[in-house]
Order: sequence, then structure tokens, then C-alpha cells
Amino acid sequence: MPDDRELLDTHSSRRLLTNALPGTAATDEAILATEETTAADDVLSKKPFGFLFWFAVCFVGVILLSAVLANVLPLQNPNFQNYSALSQGPSGAHLLGTDDLGRDLLSRLVFGSRVSLIVGFCGVAIGLIFGGTAGLVSGYRGGRLDGALNAFSFIILAFPAIVAVIAIVTFWGASLFHITIILGIATIPLMYRVIRASSLSFAQRDFVVAAKTMGATDTRIVLREILPNVIPVTVTFSLITVAGLIVIEGTLAFLGLSVALPTPSWGNLINEGTANNALSTDPFIMLWPALAMFLLLWSINLIGDRLRQRFDIREGLL
Amino acid sequence: MARTKGGASNTLQFRDAGTHEGPLLVVEDLHTSFRTQRGTVRAVDGVSFEVQEGKTLGIVGESGSGKTVLSRSIMGLLPPRDVIRSGTVHFAGHELTAMDDTSLREVWGAELSMIFQDPMTALNPVKRIGDQICESLALHLGMDRKEARSTAVELLRSVGIPSPEQRVRWYPFQLSGGMRQRVMIAIALACAPRLVMADEPTTGLDVTVQAQILDLLADLQRERHMAVILVTHDLGVVASRADDIIVMYAGRIVERAPTRTLFHDTKMPYTRALMDSIPRLADPSGARLNAIGGRPPDLINPPTGCRFSPRCPYAQDKCRELEPPLRTVGSPDHLFACWFPLVDGMSTAPAVPVTVSSGPAAARSAVENGQAPAPAEPTGEAEA
Repeated sequence: MPDDRELLDTHSSRRLLTNALPGTAATDEAILATEETTAADDVLSKKPFGFLFWFAVCFVGVILLSAVLANVLPLQNPNFQNYSALSQGPSGAHLLGTDDLGRDLLSRLVFGSRVSLIVGFCGVAIGLIFGGTAGLVSGYRGGRLDGALNAFSFIILAFPAIVAVIAIVTFWGASLFHITIILGIATIPLMYRVIRASSLSFAQRDFVVAAKTMGATDTRIVLREILPNVIPVTVTFSLITVAGLIVIEGTLAFLGLSVALPTPSWGNLINEGTANNALSTDPFIMLWPALAMFLLLWSINLIGDRLRQRFDIREGLL
Repeated sequence: MARTKGGASNTLQFRDAGTHEGPLLVVEDLHTSFRTQRGTVRAVDGVSFEVQEGKTLGIVGESGSGKTVLSRSIMGLLPPRDVIRSGTVHFAGHELTAMDDTSLREVWGAELSMIFQDPMTALNPVKRIGDQICESLALHLGMDRKEARSTAVELLRSVGIPSPEQRVRWYPFQLSGGMRQRVMIAIALACAPRLVMADEPTTGLDVTVQAQILDLLADLQRERHMAVILVTHDLGVVASRADDIIVMYAGRIVERAPTRTLFHDTKMPYTRALMDSIPRLADPSGARLNAIGGRPPDLINPPTGCRFSPRCPYAQDKCRELEPPLRTVGSPDHLFACWFPLVDGMSTAPAVPVTVSSGPAAARSAVENGQAPAPAEPTGEAEA
């Protein structure tokens, strides 16, 4: 049988050993000082975003600004038909050329971007406000509320969105407001599912319990503890969804189910560019909106992806 | 508002509960079970103990002995779904088990706080550590931003974090494990609680840092006159730091004594086995570690009689049939649950049965009892 004193001594001897070893725990300061430098290095070693990221940010910025300031910018009326300049290529008077009715393509492109951007960003905002809130609460609370919301989101998701949108637009009429609302509603279950999953994973973590033991209320825990953690994935997913909605709006416009002509939108510009054999006679009509949409989607996706990578670095260090 | 016993005083006068007489924490016959698909898991099964103001209680047991569930159950942190809890917990004269979440929030953090096992997950990764400390200061002590910030700096300084003025603006990922655990302690102590639950506070840390953190905790405890419940699986951790020790096995207390008594006059073979399983520097190199044979019992269908009997080298028929009560012999503060307690390290059991022996511990004790070592056989198989 081992001596009891020996056992007690073992512990203190372990501590003595610990304290005696140079470089391990000579003083707290020594250890903390080394920790300090490594931690400081971690902070400094953030990777730069790179040229492409900033190019994408600039492109999205230009598109957003021009859409907002379209009325102030020296642009021609997008619906003015100049019969002395039909189907022209790019020139000094018309930077991007004109279509077969003599309308300025640059002006139509800029005014058309308004529709795409409003549908994309406002649709996602609707999804975030309703789906995001529901997802946060549902993931944190769990239980019956979570089960019910979850089942409801599956019901909406099970319905093919584009078919639903076409059906509703046919009955309700195609206006910018209607399209935005409908696409926003279609976004709610997507946002709900992503944010719920993220919220659920953080709700199980110790820091939530720790916050609870410090006397935080449920509301406080959701807003101060879980929400900041959910934001990275939300930002990334929202940007991707904006891109997705812009494509869907384009699809609807191409099918003639979005904003009524002559109001331009990128989708109906592309549609006009392919009608009446215009693709072979005047490819610019279709080229500009297609190129703009391609670059915008690419930029948005790239920004979302880079932001996600940046957030991941912090997770990786944990 | 408080609901049942204790009335409005439960929520309102907690700050002046210092006048309360008697032990700070009284746990009486606490049961905590989980409903699962296989059946009811009795994780904590009739636990009673007290903690005096300013004292340290060590709760020791191997994995699955119910010590973490016990600490969370006392705090009232277990989710209400699928958890059955009975028995009472009184904290400073107020019955925690009768309080709803709203009243508990007044107690949590301010009077009763918790240090978590893993500082990597118990700090919010996306919040500055200063903000994490300030929140409870603002919440419980009603401090404004500036006041809370300067208190946070002082707290960080008191847990030994250098240049705390800069550190309050750091995120947890910028700190090492030891530093994070220091921050955890600073958060737990922010509102000067009277009882701190430390659930394996050093398990996630390097051995060299472990001692520092435990010493820090002991220093702060002395300064602030807090009571501490130190939950751990390592007897070595509590040996020099706890005033009293509770040894848990399969959801029950099997031995409870002041630290010195527990080590000098161990009654329960399980406690003995836990002590034997600590490696010693004095052992010759290559010496085998005395692990406890077998596994902790299934808490859905615990063994009849003494729950340790399937793994106990001294188990008798009586042990397998009747459950030993928690009793005392001689000293009133030394409680143990064993039919044949050890006396001077020797079992008082009539003889060592060959059939249930297992592992080197059993073999060695058999030798010490003057018998030939029994052939080593895994306990699980012998029982099955």
C-alpha cells in the first residue's frame, strides 16, 4: 500500500518540479510574455483580400451608385426613341450604342439595373427579416416551436419556387413590387434554414451556457451571443442569394413575366436582344446586359467567398 | 418574481443575504435523471452535502460518475425537457430548486457563478474579452460603460494578465489556453459571487499551467472569501486545495470526508483504487499503472447492491445483494458507503473471493492479504 503522505507529497512535488523547471513556469510573466508575442503575430498575419476582391467591390459599387444616381447622371431618357440613330454600335454620342428603336443602350442598362438590384437586395432583406429572425429563435429555443417552423419551411421549400412565382405573377400582375415581395417570400425558408442551422450549432456551445450562468436573458443571449456568431455565414449566404434572385428576376423578365415593357430590366433587355434575329444583326443589345449581369454575379459571389475565408481564419485559430 | 417558497425575498434581497446563518449551500437528496430511448438514466441518485461559506469542496469521480451533471443540476442549468430533477438545493437560505429562470438570473453570476472546463468553447469567439466581462458588471452591478471597463481592466490584472489595458480589446482567439482560462475566471468572479462552481477548470490545460490556474483560484478565493466547488477526476488536483472531498461513483456519494481524513483513513475501496491509479514520481521507471478494472456501470440498470461491487476486489455476497448506506464510524464527518470498509488500508471483508478478482490492484491486494494472486481476468467478462 502506498503511503498517504507520499500521495500528498506527489502533488506538491509535481508543483515544485513545475516551478523549478526553467522556461516552463519560472514566472507567470515569462510565460505570458511569450504568449503575447505569438498572439500579436497572429493578429498581424491576416491575408490581404487581393486585387480581384477590390475589383469586384469597385464593380458592385459602380453598379450600385449608377443605379441610385441614374436620374442625376447625364444619361438620355431610356425610352426615348431616336430614329436617326437606329441599331448603332458604340460611339461618342451613344457609348454602348443604340437598339433597333434608337434607344440609348447605356441608359437602358443603367435604368435596367435598378430592377435587378431592387429585386435582389430587397428580396433578401425580406428573407432576412422574417426567415433570419425565425431561424435565430428556432435554433436557440428548439422544442416544439423549432419543430413547427422547421416543418413549415419544408412545406414552402417543397413547392418549386419558379412555378409558384410564374403562377402568382400571372394572376397578380407583374410589377416590381409584386416580384420583389414574391421572391422575398420564396427566400424566407432558405434564410430560415441556413440561419437556424448556424444558430443551433452555437446554441449548444459552452459560451451560451456561460452567458446564462452570468444572468443573461434569452433575448440577450440571442442578440449578443448567438447573432454575432451567425453574421459571417449570413453575410456570405445573403450575397449568394442576392445573385440568385437577380438570375431569377432575369429569367422571369426573359419570359416576359417581370416588369412590363418599355421599362428596362436586364432580363427583358436580353430578351429584346435575342428577338427578331437581333442577335445576328445587333449583338450589342444582348451583350451589354448579359455582360453586366455576369460581372455583377461574379463580383457578388467573389466578395461573399472572400469574406467567408476571412471569417474562417478566426475560426481556424480557435 | 419568485414563485413558491421564500416569497419575494428570493429575488429582491439577495445582496443582503450575507446575514444568513448556517451553510452557504445545502443539497438534500438531489436526484437527476434523463429520459432516453433505452430507459431512464439516473445520473445523480440521492446526493446530499453542504458547503460552508469560504470553504472549498472537491467532488471527485471518474468519467460518467455524474459529477458534471451534479454541478449543472445544482445550478439549474439542465434543459427542462427530458430531465427529471427532485430533491432540494438551498443557497444562502433560498431554495434554488423552487425558483424559475427569472429569479435564478438574479442569483447566477451575482452570487453563484461557474468556471467551465474548456476555455476554448466557453468564451464567445466573436466578442472582445473586455465586453464579455463588462456585460455581467453592467447587468448585476448597474455600472456604466466607463466604470465597467475600468473594473474589467482591474479584474484582468487580478487574474495575472499583463498589460490588461490593451488586452480588454482582444478577442479570445488572440489568447492562449491558459490566458483564456484566466479570462474565464475573471468573468466568473466579476460580480464577487459567494460560491463558484469550477467544473474541471484545468482539464483542458497543460500541466504546467494547471498548477498556476489552481493557485490563482485559491488566492482569489482567500482574498474574496468565496466558497468553491472544485469538480475534477484528478484526486491530485483537490488533495492540497480542498477542505472536504466527496467521492462519487455511479451517481452516488460513496465517501465524504475532510481532505486529510480521506487520504489518511480511506474507507471505501473505490477511493483507494482512485488513489492507486495516480502515477507517482517515486515509482521505479516502467512500473505499471494501477488502473481500475472494468467500466463504470450502466446508469439505466445499475448493479444491485453496492454499485462498485462488480469492480471491487473485496466484494462479498452481501455487497452484491444489499446497497450499503452512507454511514459513519467514529468521526462524524467521515461518511462512507461500504459494508466492509478498509481499516489501515486493509479490507475488513472476511476473505477475498477468487471469482470476482481482477486487474493488478486486486492481485496486489490479494498478495497483501497473504494469499496467492488470483489469475487476472477482465471484470466485465467475469460479471457477464
